Amino acid sequence: MSAAPGVPPNPVPPNPVPPSAPPTPAVGTRSKSWTVKLRERGVRELPPERLLPDGQPTYVASWIYVFGVASIASLIVIIGSGMILALKGPAWWHETGVGHFFNSIHLWSVEMFFFAMVVHLWGKYWMAAWRGGRARVWITGAIVFLVAVPCALTGYVSQQNFDSQWIATQAKDAMNSVGVGAFFNLTNFGQMYSYHILLLPIAVVLLVILHVLLVRRNGVVPPIEIDERLAAMRAGSADGRRVENPDTDGPGALAGPAGDQS
Amino acid sequence: MSVLATAVFNLYHPAHTVDWEFIHLSVANVVVIGLMLIVFFLAILLPFPGAARRAAARRGGGPS
Repeated sequence: MSAAPGVPPNPVPPNPVPPSAPPTPAVGTRSKSWTVKLRERGVRELPPERLLPDGQPTYVASWIYVFGVASIASLIVIIGSGMILALKGPAWWHETGVGHFFNSIHLWSVEMFFFAMVVHLWGKYWMAAWRGGRARVWITGAIVFLVAVPCALTGYVSQQNFDSQWIATQAKDAMNSVGVGAFFNLTNFGQMYSYHILLLPIAVVLLVILHVLLVRRNGVVPPIEIDERLAAMRAGSADGRRVENPDTDGPGALAGPAGDQS
Repeated sequence: MSVLATAVFNLYHPAHTVDWEFIHLSVANVVVIGLMLIVFFLAILLPFPGAARRAAARRGGGPS
């Protein structure tokens, strides 16, 4: 299309900002960019010093607070050994010495994962870890446990041996009895393998990340007696001293690195 | 047979189980549950290394 007679063609508009100049933020207006909104919300909800703290309350220096991070350590070994098994295949993990070794590493890291997760769950249950607005921390942890169970089950039926066939034919009756057998067929190896190495691990890892971020956002749950003492001190009835910040003033004051934060 | 010869325990038999009313558990699972209970109580009772030093440092106002 040509320009009308007498009207000069549209010139290329000059660039008022040299390419090397930094972008100028709009003054008095909020950016509508989703990246900016996401960044601002992320920093607001989880400031860097809270996301990656350099100290924990003294009450975290207890063995019962160790099992959350023990679960995560086991999960890392599970993912690593599982990736190697997936790359090498069933003939390798059944018929070679190194394959047996990694097969065993995978199995025993799963055993450790559930062992640590159950002790972690017991510890958090008996200290009522949903206190202080931590309901979502508790809920995501419980969902991780529930999702990890079928993740392990699909692993048992993906072994490619008589054991997996036995487990599949036994467990299919349980699935059929609760009405999920139509889309969760334990005798369908391809489907079980996909669940085991892709869908369910992704779900577990994402839920664990969400769980840890929520722990960081809400802080580690204090023991019940410290919570009660803090409440009393806040009310000024303990010794007359008001506590403004329980992280620095109360009985759970920050005291340097102290192990797990979960 | 070679696998059996190298196994620490003889696995060539049906699993031993514990039966109590409707509860039906393999001995292996009972052992794991027992270990989890032992570890749980030990985690509550045993002191954490350095916990007393940190608490003392905090009370004294020194570095932790």
